[in-house]
Amino acid sequence: MCKRSVNYWGVKPVSRIGQTFQELKAKGEKALIPYVSCGDPSLEFTEQLVLKLSKAGADLLELGIPYSDPVADGPTIQKASQRALAAGVKLEGILRMAASLRGKIQTPLIFMTYFNVIYRYGLKQFVDRSLYAGIDGVIVPDLPPEEAGAFKRLMDEAELDLIFLAAPTSTGERLQKIASCARGFIYCVSVTGVTGSREKINADLATFIEKVRSHTDLPLAVGFGIANPLMARQVAPLAEGVIVGSSIIERIEANLPLINEQPDVVIEEICAYVTELKKAINFTKESIG
Amino acid sequence: MSANGYFGEFGGRYVPEILLPALLQLETAYEQYRQDPCFREELAHYLTTYVGRPTPLYYARRLTEHLGGGKIYLKREDLNHTGSHKLNNSLGQTLLAQKMGKRKIIAETGAGQHGVATATAAALLGCACTIFMGAEDVRRQSLNVFRMKLLGAQVVEVRSGTQTLKDAINEAMRCWAARVRDSHYLIGSVVGPHPYPTMVRDFQSVIGEEVKQQILEKEGKLPDYLIACVGGGSNAMGLFSPFLNEREVKMIGVEAAGQGISTGKHAAPLNVGSKGVLHGALSYILQDGDGQILPAHSLSAGLDYPGAGPEHSYLKDSGRAQYLSVTDEEALSAFQMLSRWEGIIPALESAHALAYVLKLAPSLAAEQVLVVNLSGRGDKDVQTVSKLLGGEAGE
Repeated sequence: MCKRSVNYWGVKPVSRIGQTFQELKAKGEKALIPYVSCGDPSLEFTEQLVLKLSKAGADLLELGIPYSDPVADGPTIQKASQRALAAGVKLEGILRMAASLRGKIQTPLIFMTYFNVIYRYGLKQFVDRSLYAGIDGVIVPDLPPEEAGAFKRLMDEAELDLIFLAAPTSTGERLQKIASCARGFIYCVSVTGVTGSREKINADLATFIEKVRSHTDLPLAVGFGIANPLMARQVAPLAEGVIVGSSIIERIEANLPLINEQPDVVIEEICAYVTELKKAINFTKESIG
Repeated sequence: MSANGYFGEFGGRYVPEILLPALLQLETAYEQYRQDPCFREELAHYLTTYVGRPTPLYYARRLTEHLGGGKIYLKREDLNHTGSHKLNNSLGQTLLAQKMGKRKIIAETGAGQHGVATATAAALLGCACTIFMGAEDVRRQSLNVFRMKLLGAQVVEVRSGTQTLKDAINEAMRCWAARVRDSHYLIGSVVGPHPYPTMVRDFQSVIGEEVKQQILEKEGKLPDYLIACVGGGSNAMGLFSPFLNEREVKMIGVEAAGQGISTGKHAAPLNVGSKGVLHGALSYILQDGDGQILPAHSLSAGLDYPGAGPEHSYLKDSGRAQYLSVTDEEALSAFQMLSRWEGIIPALESAHALAYVLKLAPSLAAEQVLVVNLSGRGDKDVQTVSKLLGGEAGE
């Protein structure tokens, strides 16, 4: 598999993820990063949803590859993964869908999955196929820097961003280690726990984000538990991006029968929600401007 | 074992960042206390006065004579307080948690043996205790659920996934992620991220150390065979580990073949699984071509797990231990046989190890010695077996 080109001065070009954050920064905007679970309830639906989301306010998109035992996820994403697996979704199908999406949109696409899915497929094959499909980055919640060695080397060679997570429990020493191997952005876990909607933002979030920032110049995106536009708006000033997953999937879960008959209606509802989130995180800028 | 808890290529710490600081803290604390004479003395004191150690190494004369072959010794872990080997580890880890200032214990359980042992250790040392148990196992082992509650533990029924041990571990890890600052996750087998496979093995190795001493007293030599059942593999690792450097001692781990390996309904990852990451460690697991974990099947809830510990995976590949399997039916028949010939009702898990002994012993010479780990007693399984036999306890 060929590498992305290196420019005239031999300097690595900024990845599509990095470029997106730079462009948003120039506009004074924050990045909205929705998460969707691929194949929930079908790959056709996911593809249509992602296409529309990219035009409804999503600046980057996380494509969840379902796994049978997602230990970092709460009930909402667990159920979404189970629905997708029960519907027979396979990694091959997801890679084809990603390639098809890349032919139609320029939004950075990031895979999120657990390490066994990658290990079983083969690290090199996974990286090669992801690159070929036009994927820009990969998030692996159960792959801390200590275990990432071989996969990280392959990702670096392909110039894909392996995105690491920082948690409120991470010590300064660990944050330094995470920052030293991070690319693209750092995923800041806003809660001590698993994914899933929460009622309010953790009071210590600002302190945690500042702590992460003292170790890196990379953009920071905050995820886990952000359940509505109000919470997204509270988080946005602290970071460069906001990740929203479970509260999007809840809107799929609540409309499963309707998706069968009129998928467009549900996609529209989710897009409206995402547009609202995007407005919410840029509220500060609008209110000034 | 190398740095970061690898056994060859197996093991590791494939867990979310949120848990890593706690694992590092646990590793440091364990390294400190395992060598601390006060800690060792305190643990030894409880093992003697509370658990009832050392457990006997019993020569099963009638069974040996009936089978006509090698001499069969049973390591009576079923005689421990709470009825299995599990308390050795639960007590060690609860004491360690206490030293670390963590007074809340989280644990998973399959058959309920580890849950009962942990609830017991928590009651003994005054810790709060939450046990996660798959809904399917709650149904199969209702008496153990009541026992845990009686001991003051909160039992959480897990309804996700296959509703068995695998999902109970998932849920326990999720719960730990939310309470990691003040809670200790007490894993019951030699599985999970480093340092658990090493630490659990060490706490269980009292089994093998006692056997070594006892068999030398009785036979004046080391055993020819060590045999133990393997789910995650803690009772087997406990028996094997003090003998790893005794090259003449053969080691056999017996996995659950369930309804038969060829039916696909089994719990035998070391026999027919492939390498993968489950619950934070690289080891042999049951998975499909996409890396999705396949459900395990066994009559015995304690063996109903789609992975085996990283050190077992290593011992398999290095050839130091051999891993075989027996079916539900064979285990059931061994369960009845030991009851009839020795007056000992074994746990269905341990009956798997016995089932293989029934095959092996007749082929051996009379001077050859087999030690079987009788890891637990069968009272908890009497109801299940009664249903399977239609209330008729054999002929």
